[in-house]
Order: sequence, then structure tokens, then C-alpha cells
Amino acid sequence: MFYDDIAAIATPPGEGGIAIIRLSGGQVIEKASKVFRPYHDGVDIRNKAGYSLTLGWIKDETGEDLDEVLLALMRAPHSYTGEDTVEIHCHGGILPARRCLEVVLHQGMRIAEPGEFTRRAFLHGRLDASQAEAVIDVIRAKSDKAMKLAVKQLSGHNSEYINTLEDRLLELNAMVEASLDFPDEVGELEYAKAEDIMLGSLAAIERLIQAGERAAIYREGIAAVICGKPNVGKSSLLNVLLKKERAIVTSIPGTTRDIIEEQLSIKGIPIRLVDTAGIRVTEDIVEKIGVERSQKVIREADLVIFLLDLGTGITAEDLAIYKEIKNRNLIILANKEDLEEKHITEDELEHYFSGVRVIWASAREDKGIKELEDRVEEMILGGALQADDLEIMVNLRQREALTRARKHLEDALQVMQTVPLDCLGVDIWGALEALGEITGKNLKEEVIDRMFTDFCIGK
Amino acid sequence: MIYNAGSYDVVVVGGGHAGCEAALAAARMGCKTLMATLSMENVALMPCNPSVGGPAKAQVVREIDGLGGEMAVNVDKTAIQMRLINTGKGPAVQALRAQADKHEYHDEMLKTLLNQPNLHIIMAEIEEIETSGPRVSAVITKTGARFSCRAVVITSGTYLKGRIIIGEVMYDGGPGNQFPAVKLSASLKSLGLELGRFKTGTPPRVYKRSLDFTKMIEQPGDDRPLRFSYMSPRLRRPQFSCWLTHSTAATHQIVMDNLDRAPMFTGAIKGRGPRYCPSFEDKVVRFAHKESHQLFIEPEGRNTEEMYIQGLNTSLPEDVQIKVLRSIPGLENVALIRTGYAIEYDYLPPAQLRSTLETRMVEGLFTAGQINGTSGYEEAAAQGLIAGINAALKVKAEEPLVLKRSEAYIGVLIDDLITGDIDEPYRLLTSRAEYRLLLRQDNADLRLTEKGRRIGLVSDERWRVYSAKKDRLEEQKEALKGRTYTPADQEISSFLASRNSAALKDRFSLWEILRRPEISIQDFVDLGLLTEYDEDVLEQLEIQSKYEGYIRKQEEQVQRFEKMEGKLIPGDIDYDEIFGLSNEARQKLKQIRPESIGQALRVSGINPADINVLLIFLEKKRRK
Ligand SMILES: Cc1cc2nc3c(=O)[nH]c(=O)nc-3n(C[C@H](O)[C@H](O)[C@H](O)COP(=O)(O)OP(=O)(O)OC[C@H]3O[C@@H](n4cnc5c(N)ncnc54)[C@H](O)[C@@H]3O)c2cc1C
Ligand SMILES: Nc1nc2c(ncn2[C@@H]2O[C@H](COP(=O)(O)OP(=O)(O)O)[C@@H](O)[C@H]2O)c(=O)[nH]1
Repeated sequence: MFYDDIAAIATPPGEGGIAIIRLSGGQVIEKASKVFRPYHDGVDIRNKAGYSLTLGWIKDETGEDLDEVLLALMRAPHSYTGEDTVEIHCHGGILPARRCLEVVLHQGMRIAEPGEFTRRAFLHGRLDASQAEAVIDVIRAKSDKAMKLAVKQLSGHNSEYINTLEDRLLELNAMVEASLDFPDEVGELEYAKAEDIMLGSLAAIERLIQAGERAAIYREGIAAVICGKPNVGKSSLLNVLLKKERAIVTSIPGTTRDIIEEQLSIKGIPIRLVDTAGIRVTEDIVEKIGVERSQKVIREADLVIFLLDLGTGITAEDLAIYKEIKNRNLIILANKEDLEEKHITEDELEHYFSGVRVIWASAREDKGIKELEDRVEEMILGGALQADDLEIMVNLRQREALTRARKHLEDALQVMQTVPLDCLGVDIWGALEALGEITGKNLKEEVIDRMFTDFCIGK
Repeated sequence: MIYNAGSYDVVVVGGGHAGCEAALAAARMGCKTLMATLSMENVALMPCNPSVGGPAKAQVVREIDGLGGEMAVNVDKTAIQMRLINTGKGPAVQALRAQADKHEYHDEMLKTLLNQPNLHIIMAEIEEIETSGPRVSAVITKTGARFSCRAVVITSGTYLKGRIIIGEVMYDGGPGNQFPAVKLSASLKSLGLELGRFKTGTPPRVYKRSLDFTKMIEQPGDDRPLRFSYMSPRLRRPQFSCWLTHSTAATHQIVMDNLDRAPMFTGAIKGRGPRYCPSFEDKVVRFAHKESHQLFIEPEGRNTEEMYIQGLNTSLPEDVQIKVLRSIPGLENVALIRTGYAIEYDYLPPAQLRSTLETRMVEGLFTAGQINGTSGYEEAAAQGLIAGINAALKVKAEEPLVLKRSEAYIGVLIDDLITGDIDEPYRLLTSRAEYRLLLRQDNADLRLTEKGRRIGLVSDERWRVYSAKKDRLEEQKEALKGRTYTPADQEISSFLASRNSAALKDRFSLWEILRRPEISIQDFVDLGLLTEYDEDVLEQLEIQSKYEGYIRKQEEQVQRFEKMEGKLIPGDIDYDEIFGLSNEARQKLKQIRPESIGQALRVSGINPADINVLLIFLEKKRRK
């Protein structure tokens, strides 16, 4: 709690732009180095001096690049907190930042408490004693706000759902503990029943995580990119989508001159849609900066919509573009379906783009657009899509706790047959303890209470 | 007329399980010690179940032993049955349980006390604690003897204003119709200490020859030579069985028909009783759907007719108790010896204590055992030991002994007492320990003997036994880790195959192979791979290897935990001076006065923001 490694998104959640993840603590440089792939081979942030900047990528658990970042490193005591500090400047807005934070947390850190960076700064003598009261104000304000928010999120319908989950896990823990502490009265654990509860709780946690993810998507939106060769119909498609969408949020100019960026919403999901018209991948500028820029836009997009022209057939240019985007979250739209003569066959599509769903559409006649919207929703919400009346905001801290609870239950299920009950109890308790961080209750006492209500114990 | 009767370093009030340990510890640590008890008969008396140990409690008994206390040795001397329970549920919860001969237990302990140099026992009621300034200075008996002293340990158990309740019959008394202690409560209150009221109860005792055992299931002990203390000889002792029977629908009907005469329900009992030890009438009402409840018939000793009926703790009127007993299979013709009863008594809410068990109000005044709101012989003995040790250390002006939650169940117990809201008699449970896998009965000696040695409680003989075991253990561990095998090693490969154990893929040490569930350390001994035959060492090696992963995880948690325990809060902190604390937190902190940030975090109603505020305040103070 004092000086373990902590992390948090330091920038306020909001519209796009750069999000900064701040890490502080004794091991953060070491831990960050495990998820960071520097731009230049041979660079190792562990050897970098304080106040240095390094360009590179954050890798996810599988080693895939997650986001291009600028990594700022400060060494103790020359940082805000007075500890080793790493700041990860993510480019891709809030969603990739959340993913990056998760990856970092998996290295063995926890999310900072409200005001914790400031508290550490003070405890490390980075702030003057006279500022103590101001620091306390910051801590109080931040944690009161966080508490109010958490309480609000857990009210009503949601709280019922979480309470039921907590209740099942309490029951499970009471079963285990009673069997350990009162073997004469309670006997062996009912393993089948325990397994049922674990599986049920796992499903409930999964549902919470997904519902929370969906809520985050609805709140924070995603970035999508339309790409394709010139004249394939990108502007037309954008116009159709914009026209359909009555609630156009804004039409902001691209952050760079040649990128056209529009805000719209598809099925209620806010989407920042970038038309790569200004960053054509044509032969004449292949060497140019445009390529890099379009690559970057594509890399940071949550979704890529790739257009083909049924009039021209599949060309070398199409394939060149496809090469750039084929590993992304991809939808292919075969445009101009209204044309009499179509120069692309199903077989060709299967041959060149096997495995990718292709939607036949016409931007001009507004055909296939609904299908496109359905597909976008499905791809973005993914598992979180299923019709579900659970409306819940899960903030990062809660999500992190839920993920830990899930891991404990998965571990417990896996070793159930092979480890003795006292060891199994470690994960079964771990799951409940993690959940307790969300509800803020002392669940240890409640397990004991529950044991005495559920079982007739006593000499 | 008060007269000066002598001067002591430490006075222990009470000769129950707490008092015995406290007095022995203080005397063995070189303090001139006096023990006062209401009666010689209730020294080391077991007023309830004649059994010691079980989950969490066995661990405590072993911890007491590791520190150099007496309980384990005394049980080993007097046990008439021992069993290892929870054997299939893992090393952390595996627990020894003994049936002790109640009378021998008392006799043997008394003998040890009487033969202890530096210790003087008197039969007297202490009525007053005298102070001089903030410090305790003397105790005064009913008969006017004044013993001056430098520290006092009060272990009054259930005797303070004890009140017995049996149906409509109520009278002042201690357990087993002993005299209660009437005046000490008022003296404690006048010192500024707060007292509360708890209740507990005990079942009837009956004649063995009036029972029909053919209607019951026999519960024999383990035939193996078991022992609590590593100092005791490995004995195969004669095992006296317990017997299992159960209540019937008729039993429950009798209870229901007489609820209007049950003090538990008429409001005659006001003190709060323990949930883990409910009265039988309570069980029948609360678990109405249960058709029967288990009842264990336990012998109170080898030379007595008295049998204890575990599960039938009651304060129903005597005539109803007899009817209830007769409705139980095997007890149709039962003859009663002692009637079951409930007892109410004064206790001292333990939030008033420091982690040394010294009261915060009065310097040099310690309390231990049931007076602190606990229940159970083992809990009492453990506190007595710690209070006795700390009283002695105080007299000698040495650093106190405080065990952490990560070191011992005793640490969990005391921390729970001084940190929590104790609103019912407290009993230890393994589920109260966060680091259960580290606090095992099998490693209590490894955890605590060195501490016991440092304070001077561990005898040379015990130290020699311990050191030898430890050396053997380290040696064998190295050997197991050092001996490695590859798939090419014929002997080990064919052994693994014979056990349906996967073939080696690479080079593995015996230590790693031992992790496999299907392989036991005995196998290595049988194969001649190991030159160790001591059971305790083998057991230790096996547990440490098999559970290494889980153990390491808990050790990592402990490291984090200890950081917070290490951050101390000065005793004179003024919580009213701290800007930014929530009101609830301020109240709680003033009441509990935690000694470290770690303890503060466990106080209910304190949230992380309050802790942060506290940390900033402490830092600001430090810089001034
Ligand atoms: C009826 C009954 C039922 C119980 N049931 C259970 C149970 O089911 N399970 C369980 O775990 N525990 C039970 N217990 C509790 C268990 O017996 C006690 O927790 C344990 O024995 C307490 O030990 P102690 O040393 O604190 O006090 P005690 O064993 O009560 O000893 C107190 C000692 O203090 C002495 N004393 C008190 N006041 C004075 C004074 N003023 N001057 C001099 N000497 C004094 C007495 O003479 C006595 O020697 C029961 C206790 C009773 C009485
Ligand atoms: N027949 C037909 N023509 C289309 C369709 N979509 C776009 N076009 C035409 O194709 C040309 C290029 O469209 P545009 O949207 O500017 O392409 P961009 O360069 O990819 O942005 C325009 O003349 C459009 O009218 C369609 O679905 N069917």
C-alpha cells in the first residue's frame, strides 16, 4: 500500500487524443520493459536515464502490438512522486489506453487509489510540509468523488445482480470454511454443489465484465477507418452513413490536414470515422509520409471498413491495401452492387480474402448499409452483444477486480480435483475478496456469519 | 484490616488455563510470581468439554508449546484418546484433538505449578487492584492481605459476578458451583475500565453405567502414537472411545413444549452467547427443519463414571433436561450426575487492550483468557502465555513479545480481540487466519521456538531437540534438491511407471518429483534414496515440497502485509488534531487506538482515504 507499484490513466476520460498512463513504484521500469517493444532494436528502457523519451509499442499478452506509444521515464527521486515513474503516452484514445493499462496491470501492479500519486509525492518529500492540508483536500475530494460514483453505479438493478453473485460466493465460502472448521458437524464439502456455484458465478462475472465493456463502448465510442482505392466510393459511403444518422455529433476537421474525420453513431455507438481519402496509398506517394500516416490511422482504429469496387474488379492496388490491413478488425464492403456488370465473383473474394465477411452494397442506392451497421455493432460489441438487460458501468478498478475474481474461480475449477480443500480455499476466498473490493464490504466476517446461519454448528 | 503480605514482580489472578500459563511463564522467566485462585480445585479445570485441540485450536496448542508453554505437555500426559482430524483436507487444517482426563489434567498441572521455582500459589479472592499514579502497585485479598507488585495479570474467566441459570432457578456462582468473584469487577471499573456481560453454557453429565452403548456408534481414537508436544515421548496410549448418538423428533417436541420455561427465550438471560456453541434449545428452534442433531458422548476421565454429552449444552429446567435425555437413543434409563446450566459473567471488552494484552488505562495491568471476551481453553492458555511473558518483560524492562497475524494463530487471536468489535464470545477458526497455509500445526515449532528461546522460556533440552530437527530438515531438503534424475535413470523411471506417474522428460530433483500427488516421501525412504527416518522431519519435507507453490504465494502476501504492520502509529497521537478524517474514522480510531497502519486498516469503518490522511499527518509531524 505504501510503495508497491501502482498505475492509472492520468488524463481525464473524454474525447480522443492522447491518453497518459502513469506508473509509479520501485519496479515499474522493469515491469514496463516487459510489455514495451522499442522502435529501435537494441534499445532497453531499463538502461535509459531519467527524463528520457522512447518511441515504441505496448505489446499485449500474446506479444502483438497494441498501441504505438511514447514512453517517458523518470528516475527516483526526480519525478512527481519521488519514485521511479513511467508515463506511457498512448495515441489511440481511451480504449487502447484501457487495454494498455490492463496489460501493465498484469505485470503485477494495482490501480492507484484516488489521490495516491499526490500522497506519495508528499510522503517522499516532494511537496512541502505546508502543503499537507492541500494534499489531504485532494485525497478527500478525489476519493469522495470516486466513492459517490461507485455507489451510483452499484445502485438499483445492478446492485441486485452483484448482490446475488456475492451471495452465491458467500455461500460457497461458508461451505468450504464450515467443512474445514467443523468437520464433525458438517462433514465433507459437497463438491458437485460447489462446482455448480463456481460455474454459475463465473458466468455471472463474465456477464458483468461484458456488460461493462459494452457500457464503456457506448460511452466512449470507437475509432473506425474507411479505406479503399480512389473512386471506390468512400466519400459516398461516409455521406450515406452521415445522412442516415440524424444525430450527427460534430464534423470536426481532421487532426491533420489530409484526414477527414467525422463523428457519427451507429446503433447508438459513437464512432469516430476516418476517411483515408487524403492519404491514398498510391504508387506515386508510396515512399512518402502519407503511407506512414495512413498506417498509423489504421493501426489505431478499432475497426477497418475496406471497400472494393464491383465495377473495376479486384486490382493490384486493392491487394496492396489489403496487405496493410488484413490483420485488423475488418469488414469488406463490395460497393456499387447496383451496376449491371459486376467484375468480382464470390470465388475471387473467397480466394483473396478468405475468412473475411463481405457485404454487398451500394452507397448510391443505400443498399446493404443496414447490414453493414449490424455487422459493425456485432464486431464492436462482440461477446458483449447478446441481448441483455444488464446496464452497468464498470470502471477500470471494478473491472480489474472482476477479472481477478474470474481468474480465481477458473483456477479453483481447474485444481478442484487435485488439491486439498485448504489450498482450494485460497482461490475460493480470493474470488470473494476481489468482489468485496467492489462492494466495499468486510466479507471475511460475513463468511463466518454465513457459516453459522447455513450450518447447525456447535457442541 | 489490611496487612502487607509480601512483594512480588508479577501477580496472576486466577488459576484457569490462562492463569496457569501466565504464572508459569513469568516464573520461568525469572520473575518472583504469585498466583491467586478462588479454589485449588479449579486450577486448570475444564468446566466444559474434556477435549483439547481441533481445527485452529490444535495449531494454538502447538504454538504454546513452541514458545515454551505448558498446555501441550500437560495434555500429552493426561490424554485418554487422540485423533488426527481433517486428514484429507490439507496440511493447513489438519488438527490433533485429544480427550483429556479432566481430573488428571488438573492434578498434573497443579503438580507442575507447585514444583515451579519462583512461583507461589495461594487460595484467595482478590478484591481490589491498587494503583500508584498510572501504574498498578498491589492486589488486596478478601482476607486483607496486600501483595505489592509491579505487574498484574487478571485471568478471572467466567467468575466475575458469575450467575448460574437453570430454568427458573438462578443464583450467584462460578462454574461447577464454585464461588464467584464478587468484588473485583467494581475495582476494575473504578480504575476506568469498562465491563460487559457474556453468557455461555454447558451440557448435563450422566452416569456411564446408565447408558446403552449398543444403540450408539463407537468413535475410537487413532492407534498411532500421537502427541502435541515434541518434548513428549511418543506413546501408544490406551484409547478410550467416544460414542455417537442423536436427538429424535420426540426430543425436539419436548424442547418446543417447554420453551416458555427456557431462560434463553424468556429473557432471563441477557448476556450474549456464542454462536458456535449454541444451546440445544437454540438449535432446535433455529434449525427447525433438522430432524435430529448429533450428540457425542465423551468420557470425562479414565477412572470416572461421568460422561459428557457434547451437543446438549442447555439451561432448560432440570426436569425438562431429564426428559430430553431420556428421549435419546441409548439414554432411555439415564441417571444424571450434573445438571446442565448457563452462566453469565463480566468480561472486559478487549478494545481496551494493547497488543501485549496490557490495558491502556492502567500500566502494568494485563488481562487474559475468558475475561477478554474469548471462549475456549486453548484461546485462554494462549493469551495467558502472552500476558505472562509481557508482564515479565515489562518488569525486566525488555521489549515486549507481539506475534503478528502472519506468524501465529495467537497473533490472529489477539489482533482480532484488540481491533474488532467483539460482541459475542470469541473463538478462533481457521477461517479467521489470512495466511492459513503458513500457520500449520506441523510447523508451529519452526515458527516460534526461536522467539521462545530469545525471551528465555525455551529450556536447553527443548532447544536441543528443536535445533536437531531443524538441522536434519535443512540437510535433507538440500539432499532432495541436490539429487537429480534424468529419463535415463532406470531405477527412478521404473518406479514412476509402477506408480502410473508420468515419465521424466528432463532432469528433475527428488524435491520436484515429490510434488506429484501420487508420490510420497515414504516412497523415497522405501527406495533407499533418503537416510531420514524421523517422522516429523519426513512430514515437514513432504508438506514443504508438495505445497511449495501455495506457500510461496502466501509468503509474498505476507511481505506486503508486513510493510503496513511495520508502519507504527505513535501511542500519543491526538486524533482530534488531524484535519480531514471522517467522523466515523475519528471515533473508531480513538476507541481502538491501533498501533500500526496495518492494524488501522483492519478497523471496521476505516477506508483507504482515512488511512492516506493519517499517513500524511504522520509525515507532517515527523518533518516538524
Ligand atoms: C459453563 C461453561 C461452559 C463452557 N463451554 C465452553 C465450550 O463449550 N467451548 C469452549 O471452547 N469453551 C467453553 N467454556 C469456556 C472455557 O472453559 C474457558 O474459556 C476457559 O476455561 C477459560 O479459561 P480462563 O483461564 O480464562 O478462566 P477459568 O478457567 O474460568 O479460570 C478462572 C480462574 O480465575 C480464578 N479467579 C477468578 N476471579 C478471581 C479472583 N477475584 N481472585 C482470585 N481468583 C480468581 C478462578 O479461581 C479460576 O481459577 C465454557 C466455560 C464454562 C464455565
Ligand atoms: N454505381 C455506383 N456508383 C457509385 C457508388 N458509390 C459511389 N459511386 C460513384 O463512384 C464515384 C467515386 O465515389 P467517391 O465516393 O467519391 O469515391 P472515393 O474516392 O472512394 O471517396 C462517384 O462518381 C460515385 O458517384 C455505388 O454504390 N454505385
